[in-house]
Amino acid sequence: MTQLALVIDLNVCVGCHACVTSCKEWNTSGEAGFMSDDRPYGVDPTGTFFNRVQTFEVGEFPRTETVHFPKSCLHCEEPPCVPVCPTGASYKRPADGIVLVDYNKCIGCKYCSWACPYGAREIDEHQKVMKKCTLCVDRIYDQTLPEAERKPACVLACPTSARLFGDVYDPDSQVSVAIRESGGYALMPEWGTKPANHYLPRRKTRMKIHDDELMRAANPLKKEGKLPKPALTDPSLDDVTSW
Amino acid sequence: MRPAFSVIFLTTLIGVGQGLFLALFTIETYASVGLLPPQSGAFFGRGSAIAVGFLCAGLVASFFHLGHPERAWRSAAMWRTSWLAREVIALPVATGAIMLYGLVHQLHWNIVVPGIGTQLPDGLSLIVGAGAVAATFVLFLCTGMIYACIRFLQEWATWLTVANYLLFGTASGFVLASAYSAYQSPQLETFLVTWATIITAAALVTRVTSLIRNARIRHRSSLQTAIGVRHARIAQTAQGFMGGSFNTREFFHGASPMLLRSLKWVFLLLVFPVPVLLLWAGVLSHSPVPALAAFIVQYCGLVVERWFFFAQANHPQNLYYQVIS
Repeated sequence: MTQLALVIDLNVCVGCHACVTSCKEWNTSGEAGFMSDDRPYGVDPTGTFFNRVQTFEVGEFPRTETVHFPKSCLHCEEPPCVPVCPTGASYKRPADGIVLVDYNKCIGCKYCSWACPYGAREIDEHQKVMKKCTLCVDRIYDQTLPEAERKPACVLACPTSARLFGDVYDPDSQVSVAIRESGGYALMPEWGTKPANHYLPRRKTRMKIHDDELMRAANPLKKEGKLPKPALTDPSLDDVTSW
Repeated sequence: MRPAFSVIFLTTLIGVGQGLFLALFTIETYASVGLLPPQSGAFFGRGSAIAVGFLCAGLVASFFHLGHPERAWRSAAMWRTSWLAREVIALPVATGAIMLYGLVHQLHWNIVVPGIGTQLPDGLSLIVGAGAVAATFVLFLCTGMIYACIRFLQEWATWLTVANYLLFGTASGFVLASAYSAYQSPQLETFLVTWATIITAAALVTRVTSLIRNARIRHRSSLQTAIGVRHARIAQTAQGFMGGSFNTREFFHGASPMLLRSLKWVFLLLVFPVPVLLLWAGVLSHSPVPALAAFIVQYCGLVVERWFFFAQANHPQNLYYQVIS
């Protein structure tokens, strides 16, 4: 059993959109392309993207925090978009769990996009078929690429390594360890879609200093300053002697 | 959700066709046990032709919803899992069964079937008609379940959706049958108008119930579950792009809350009281014109109702698209 997925670390995502542009650059000329880009410099630009980076502000000024939130298809283990497809164009690969659309079978009825609570699917206004993240399926198995590059384009592009890629069914994979040990969570768990992609929460690193760490507990005179000079025969420790 | 006019016309038109057939078959069953005067084969034949016309018009409307209508034949493949595929099969089956029912009457193929002991030679048409009734109800179920099965569209995910599709389709069909009989066979009009009133009243009950339910609905998804951050105050500051996208076009109706509220009262008026008053005015004045007007008014009301049905549904993906930049 294999379920390939992304793990996105919100703690280090800086919202640079490098994953968005590299995704579009790779996929527009790949098997999943093209990805239209209408009026890019016009009044109302629009187009197809597999990946978006959104920004949310948590809290109220002055105690606010900015969360950059990359969003793409979550390759659910129970994808609600797949059973509703009338033609079978939308399918989940048993071998690796990637949810894909067969462009040659898609009739463009948009029913699968209604059935996705995450809004991960976008119809291409030119090809009139439903498009979505393929997890760079045309890249991750490409034997002509060096092994280190057999990863989705967004993962390779991320400058802060906020995106991890791997098999979430393998307990020792990088993604499984990250989910397990860094509090990975799924989006909208209330619908039982069991998203394969997980998110790692924002984490604060704080130093906890106890009072007795600020005061010398071992100071018998309870005051700072020069300690009494021990006899030369006493055992010497740099920490407790005054010279 | 953005109301899709192709789907609005599909569901309203096939509803009229199915309801009209149900009205015709009701007349035939009542006549077969002597509760109504028997009608000519041409009465049922022409009526079935009108019903088939509405079903075909609905089918044509549905093609405008597709990006690739030339591949529509593929859409029956996944009938095991998809209510949409089931509807794609049920629609031609119901249309064909109603067409066969009409032909049996029109071409006098009717024969006495042993075991069906009615006073009239209508055994075959009763059997074909019963099959067509089953196909019609299956089609109503499929149409309603397409919407009711999407569990996170909470405004739709209720048995009331299926009940509304069934009752609205049947009511509009009986109103059209009242108008048809007013022209063709006026002695049936009071019977049909009575049934049209009863079914319209039943539809009022289920629709108002669903309106009350949807007004009190508590959405399970929130911005907190959408991005997985537990904080009472989360506000979007950017949705990832400055212009529009499929996500902002398909799932937002774009109408003002004022328009939405007023359209609710428009359809409540046009679908329920006005057609019923017009129907009874037609009965009392012995004129077919008010009954026809009743059908047209109710159909327009149903188009508004279906628009409102779409616009009221709040898709959880909208949580991700609240602020442009």
